[in-house]
Amino acid sequence: MTAKPLTLAQKLIAKACGREVVNPSEIVIARVDLAMVHDSGGPRRVKPILDRLGRKVWDRARVVVITDHLVPAADDQSRAIQTLTRDWVASEGIDAFHDQMGICHVVLPEQGHLKPGMFVVGGDSHSPTGGAFGAYMFGIGATEMAGVLATGEIWLKVPETILIEWIGRLSEMVSAKDMMLRLCGELGLDGGKYQAVEYAGSAISALSMQERMTLANMTAELGGQVGLVAPDNITADYLHERGIDAGDTGQWRTDADAPVMARHTFDAGSLEPQVAAPHSPANAGPVGNYESIPVDVAYIGACTGAKLEDLRMAASVLRKGRLAPNVKLMVAPASRHDQKTAAEEGIMSVFENAGAEILPNACGICAGYGSSRLGENIRCISTTARNFRGRMGAASSSVYLASPYTVAASAIAGRIADPREFGGSM
Amino acid sequence: MVMSARIWKFGDDIDTDVLAPGRYMTAPIATLAAHCLENVRPEFAASVKQGDIVAAGANFGAGSSREQAVEALKYLGVVAIVAKSFAGIFYRNAINLGLPVLECAEADLLADGSMASLDIGSGKLQIAGHAEPVECTPIPDFLMAIIADGGLVTHLEKRFAGETAS
Ligand code: SF4
Repeated sequence: MTAKPLTLAQKLIAKACGREVVNPSEIVIARVDLAMVHDSGGPRRVKPILDRLGRKVWDRARVVVITDHLVPAADDQSRAIQTLTRDWVASEGIDAFHDQMGICHVVLPEQGHLKPGMFVVGGDSHSPTGGAFGAYMFGIGATEMAGVLATGEIWLKVPETILIEWIGRLSEMVSAKDMMLRLCGELGLDGGKYQAVEYAGSAISALSMQERMTLANMTAELGGQVGLVAPDNITADYLHERGIDAGDTGQWRTDADAPVMARHTFDAGSLEPQVAAPHSPANAGPVGNYESIPVDVAYIGACTGAKLEDLRMAASVLRKGRLAPNVKLMVAPASRHDQKTAAEEGIMSVFENAGAEILPNACGICAGYGSSRLGENIRCISTTARNFRGRMGAASSSVYLASPYTVAASAIAGRIADPREFGGSM
Repeated sequence: MVMSARIWKFGDDIDTDVLAPGRYMTAPIATLAAHCLENVRPEFAASVKQGDIVAAGANFGAGSSREQAVEALKYLGVVAIVAKSFAGIFYRNAINLGLPVLECAEADLLADGSMASLDIGSGKLQIAGHAEPVECTPIPDFLMAIIADGGLVTHLEKRFAGETAS
C-alpha cells in the first residue's frame, strides 16, 4: 500500500495532531510547539484572561515574548504596557524574552526559535512569515492566544493548498516584495481564501531566507492562513549558522500527486518592479504606471521591508545618488542584529550620508505608532506590507507600497521611480 | 416577526485599520469604538444601535489580528455580521469573542438601512418587505458551541470546571 499523497500543509498539521493523515475541511485540534506574542497584543491582553481562568502558561519553554509595537514607549499608556509585559514575563518564568531587539517576525527566526516541521501560532497577522522555514505558523487574536497559552492547543480547519509557482529567475533590482505585490494585484486580498499558500519553483528555490520571509510575510495580504516554502539547503544553512540542526528537511514537501485547490504559475524573469497605490496592496501594477507621482516621504521599515537584505537592496541604489531636496527618508532597521551587521557592512553610513533619519528597531509608523506618523496629505512610498487608509498616520495621507530598491530610487528621484534607472547592483 | 435590526451595509475588503484605527489602539475601548469605521462612514459609531447588524461584501476584517476590530463593533451594539466572506483571523476573533459571523453568498441583496431579523442557528435572515428570507451558511456546531457560551473564555472556564469535577 502506498501512502496517501499529502501537501506540505497537511503533513505539518498531521504531525501537530499526532496523526498520519488529515483531510481538507475537517476541524482538528493541534498541539502547539511554540507561541509568540508581542507587546501590543500580548501580556496586556492575555494576562487578564489567564487570571480569570486561573491558569499559567502551559509550557514556559514554548512561549516567546517580543516587544516591538509600542517601543520606545512614547506615552504613559505605552510605558505601563511595557512594565506590565516585563512583570508578566518574570512572573511566568519565560526565558525567551526579546525586549526592544526588533520586530517580532524577524527576531523570532534570527534568535533561532523556528525550524522546519514546527506548528506555531503568533499573536500578529504577519505570523505567516514563519512559513519561510517550513513551519506551519499563523496569526491569531489575543483571546485565542490566551486559550493557547492556557491549553497548549488550538483548533483549525484543515486547509486546501494553493500552489504558487514562480519559474525562471528574477531580474536585477526585482525582489520578493515585487513578487508579492504582483500576486496581490493578480489574486486580490482574499486570493489566499484563508487556505495554505505554498510557494515553489526555481525562482523561489533561488531566494535567500530573508527574501522567503518577505514572501511568506505578505501571505497575510493575500488572505492565506499560512505561506509555506519547503525547506532546503538554504534553510538548513541559515539554521546551522544559529547552531540549529534543521533535521531531515526532505520530508517537508508536498507530494508530487497531492491534490491542490489551485495552481498558479508566474514567470519571474518578466516580472517588473511593482508598486501598490493607495489604499490597498491589491492596487498593484508595474512601477511605470506610477512614475510621475511625487513623494514627500520614503520609508524603509517593517518586518516586510527592513531586514538586512532589504537594507542592502536600498543601499545599493542610494549609493548612486543623492536624496531629492524635498524628500524625507526614514529608515527603521527591522532588528538590532540586522542593523549591527548593516553597520559593519557600511550600509548604515550610506543611509546616514544620504540624510536619512534612523528610527528605532521597531514597528514604528507601520503600526501607526510614534511621532514620525505621516501628517495631513503626506504622500509616502514605503517598504511596508499594508497601505490601508490612515494606517501610517493621517487619514488624508497616502501610501504607495514598493520594494526597498524602488523606495530608494524614489527617494533619489523625488517621485516614484524605477530602480532600474540606476543601473545594476554594486 | 419583529424586524428590529437595522442593516449597515459596507463594501468589500473592510479592513481592521478602519475598524480599529492604530492611533487609538492604546486607548480604552469606548474611545476606540467612537472611531470605528469613521474613515469610510463617519456617522456609523454615533448612529448604530444595540441589536443592529453589519452586512458587507467579501473579505470583511482584512488586515491585522487586532481583536479590537471585533470588540469595537460589539461595544457599539452590533449583534451579528453577515458578509460574503471574512478574513480568516477576524472570523476566528469574532467567534472567540462570541460575536456571530455568518457567510452569505447573497450578501449583495442586503440593502443599507433595511430592517431585518436574524435567526443565528439556522442562518435565516428575514428582511422587512422580502417574501423569502436570505439564507446564510449556518455556523459549524463546533464553533456555535463557543458562541453559545458567549466566547472562548467562558467556554474554557466551563471546560476547566468540568475537568476538575471529573
Ligand atoms: S512592522 Fe508592521 S507589519 Fe510588521 S509586525 Fe510591525 S506593525 Fe506588523
